[in-house]
Amino acid sequence: MQFPILSVLIFLPILAGIVLLLLPAGRKNLIKWIALVTASLILLLSVIVYFSYDIAAGGYQFIERANWVPALGISYYVGIDGIGAPMVLLAGLVMFTGVMVSWGVDDRPREFFSFMMFLGASVLGVFCALDLFMLFFFFELAVFPKYLMIVLWGSPKTRNYGGMKLTLYLFIGSMIALVGALAIYFGSGLRTFDMIALEGAGFSTAFQRLWFPFVFLGFGILSGIFPFYSWAPDGHVAAPTAISMLLAGVEMKVGAFAALRVAFMLLPEGARYWSTAILILATINVVYGAFIALIQTDFKYVIGFSSVSHMGLVLIGFATLNREGLIGAGMQMFSHGVMTALFFSVVGMVYDRAHTRELSELGGLFRKLPIAAVGFIVGGLVSMGMPGFSGFVAEFPIFMGVWQVLPVVAVIAILGVLITAAYILLVVRRVFFGELPEALANVGDVTLKDKISTILLAVIMIALGVFPSLMAPMISSGVDHILALLGGA
Amino acid sequence: MNFIFDHLLTLILFVPTAAAILMLFLPRERVGLLRWWALIASLIPFGLTLVLWANFAPESTGFQFTEQAAWYGVLNASYHVGVDGISLSMVLLTTLLMPLAILASFSIKERVKPYLILFLLLETGMLGVFMALDLLLFFVFWEVGLVPMYFLIAQWGGSNRNYASLKFMLYTIGGSLGLLLATQLIGVVVGTFDMTVLFAQWPNITEMSLPLGLSVPMVKAIAFWAFVVAFAVKVPVWPFHTWLPDAHTEAPTAGSMILAGVLLKLGAYGFLRLVLPLYPAEARTYSGALAFLAVAAIIAGALAAWGQTDFKRLVAYSSINHMGFVVLGIAAAARASGTADAVIAVNGSVLQMFNHGLSAAGMFFLVGVIYDRAHTRDLNEFGGLWARMPVYGSLLLFTSMASLGLPGLNGFVSEFLVIRGSWPILTLATALGMIGLFFTGAYILKALKLVLHGPLNERWAKLSEISTREILVIAPLAALMLAIGVWPAWILNVINRAVQMWF
Repeated sequence: MQFPILSVLIFLPILAGIVLLLLPAGRKNLIKWIALVTASLILLLSVIVYFSYDIAAGGYQFIERANWVPALGISYYVGIDGIGAPMVLLAGLVMFTGVMVSWGVDDRPREFFSFMMFLGASVLGVFCALDLFMLFFFFELAVFPKYLMIVLWGSPKTRNYGGMKLTLYLFIGSMIALVGALAIYFGSGLRTFDMIALEGAGFSTAFQRLWFPFVFLGFGILSGIFPFYSWAPDGHVAAPTAISMLLAGVEMKVGAFAALRVAFMLLPEGARYWSTAILILATINVVYGAFIALIQTDFKYVIGFSSVSHMGLVLIGFATLNREGLIGAGMQMFSHGVMTALFFSVVGMVYDRAHTRELSELGGLFRKLPIAAVGFIVGGLVSMGMPGFSGFVAEFPIFMGVWQVLPVVAVIAILGVLITAAYILLVVRRVFFGELPEALANVGDVTLKDKISTILLAVIMIALGVFPSLMAPMISSGVDHILALLGGA
Repeated sequence: MNFIFDHLLTLILFVPTAAAILMLFLPRERVGLLRWWALIASLIPFGLTLVLWANFAPESTGFQFTEQAAWYGVLNASYHVGVDGISLSMVLLTTLLMPLAILASFSIKERVKPYLILFLLLETGMLGVFMALDLLLFFVFWEVGLVPMYFLIAQWGGSNRNYASLKFMLYTIGGSLGLLLATQLIGVVVGTFDMTVLFAQWPNITEMSLPLGLSVPMVKAIAFWAFVVAFAVKVPVWPFHTWLPDAHTEAPTAGSMILAGVLLKLGAYGFLRLVLPLYPAEARTYSGALAFLAVAAIIAGALAAWGQTDFKRLVAYSSINHMGFVVLGIAAAARASGTADAVIAVNGSVLQMFNHGLSAAGMFFLVGVIYDRAHTRDLNEFGGLWARMPVYGSLLLFTSMASLGLPGLNGFVSEFLVIRGSWPILTLATALGMIGLFFTGAYILKALKLVLHGPLNERWAKLSEISTREILVIAPLAALMLAIGVWPAWILNVINRAVQMWF
């Protein structure tokens, strides 16, 4: 029997979360170290999973299966394919860096890190799930830590509003998705939640077209699809730094990933029917999101809206339903996750020192926080789709995919690149260059842990941008399977 | 030794990047060490380029020193580099100007380390464009060079640097959007980005199984213009030139040297490497429009230069004027490719690119020299400097004459070739361009008169003469200007074979 690496990945953070809650609240240092060790182990395991995934063999690997509720056809069934493996790596990276930059959390750190572990378990569970019920279970598991972390540790002014809005939106989304999932369960006639079995269920065209929007929108809300995106900036901005990183960096991918896994892969004919509509909505995401980001005056809101814009590209990639588009979408999910985690961490570092996020009150911080500034600039270049950085190697294939289905979308969506360049350059200049305001004359540099996590994320984005083949072949192997499903419908 | 020969281009390309990365670990207080490190790091690619030049076989056709390695396999894009005579001369120009620009930057006192790192990264970006034989790789280098240049202008530039740098960046990114889209389209249609395949297939494509809703010739015409706009912004061709005076004026001296010396060549190189080979039919159809734009650039650039009172701005506009001749030669080749006249015209264009690289870098440097001392660039405030600075004065006179096209110096050879080649093909445009030459003389003489002659402004009575370091920067440029002017064959031999093959 092989080492159950995926199960360890999923249950290690749950275990750590429980252990943390049992510790005395006063042992702050011990709590932080336990969190860091756990996060490091998760990162290590995710790296092992990523690099031991056999690209040549393809398909689902590291499979483990056990009965859970056999009467209902529910099993504990995990495994990952070439699209899931990068997501697991992403989750590991963001967990690790999230703990690193949260070292300064002094308010109830026990609960903070414990909830963070539960959130990590939830996203890892979704990425590994091969059972529809299990996927749903882990999807929902995220709700309570998300909500609590925003309202307890979020920015005082907006945390109640932001937390409530985010939770309600996602709750409604998961209700809709649940309806769709149950329809798939009953409609298949197989009496199983096994997604690999459901892939071959042979749903009728009418059935697929009817239920696709339920599962797609239900999960897609979490990826911020227009017009259901407004929870994302509000929620992400209200959240504490590490949670913003996890929410925008990983949770939005959870939404996209679940939409891909359930909606696109189980209902391919539905995907084909609705793909043009998705393309149009997602194009609005890209261009409109970038415009809104351009006019923000709050540093964190700029990043919040940039996520809306970039996730639009992921959904565009999905909706092309072709090889290039899907590969690009997979790359973009990873690239955007790393990028936005870096963005939010730097925003947090700046806010912790300046105690303001108003762009007009910031400036000249390059001299004070050089590493954080360089990290943010690298993230900005990724965001602009600058060649040599991971954003470009992700967006380029997406556009190649779009050319094959709806060229006008490529021509419109490319404007997002120009607008993004404008807001990134402006925000970089306003925050890091120019005059240093009087009030910020005495701010100190970021901590060593902050630097390590910033450099780690920045180096990954450059490495992937220069050597796209570190990831593209793996995603391509996962895409081949999706294409087979799409072709077989 | 074999390793070096097998990977000569890769070494030239990435030695600056490697040096930049290593430089991150050098202490920032050791300014002297940093400067010498960067200078030596930029001399290595120059030395390797000389090796490359010595081993280049001008008589053989096709690309030489090619290397191919896997890069973005799922999109069929590879790391494919190689040079022919056209790109080789541009590589030489780049690796030659880079150490000179770094030497010129020894006067930078502030944040020396990031400045030099950006400069070295810039070198890789520019060289990559000249070496890439893969369209996607080309685009990568094409865009990535913008980043260091943006920060060089935005951080070390003049008083209006914020405006100028943002305008530069958005203009060039915006201009490249069409190129990006067209690159994607070509990749989708042909299924590869390898230029050697694209040159063979793309011009002959008559069917595209894409839901474009337009006829194939229409699509190709649009893609042609997308390429043209991207390269025209960079050259820059009138009316896409308005970023240039701002960017050049605000950039630090060495930044202007590279901007005018090399970056503008990227645009012209794009025309020669991509537009003409990929779109021969479209280029022929629209060659009249290209010629019009070229002539407009020649005349408008010269007139605008004449109207300037800021010395640096005057030199900036002169670039538009000189690069117009490059485009004129390209337009002639587009109209009548395959004829002897077209070959002469393109030879002239490529040589003009090289020559303008030398003279523009020299002029910007000399403007920088005087600005460092006087802290003004207003032409009306100068006067009579020859008396104070005879060495500087003669160097300025020499470089200006090269720029003006005095026979015996380099500018004359290339402009003559362009005009000789274009005359039978585009007679009217060439004639108008020659009128532009007259204005070129006018603005250069105006600048010389205002700076060097007339009564000495007492404010400048104490200006010091050009230093040895500064002479070291300008001397190689001046020597090459003379060398090409007297005996152009050494470089034309290399250029000519490639031009005959392509045009």
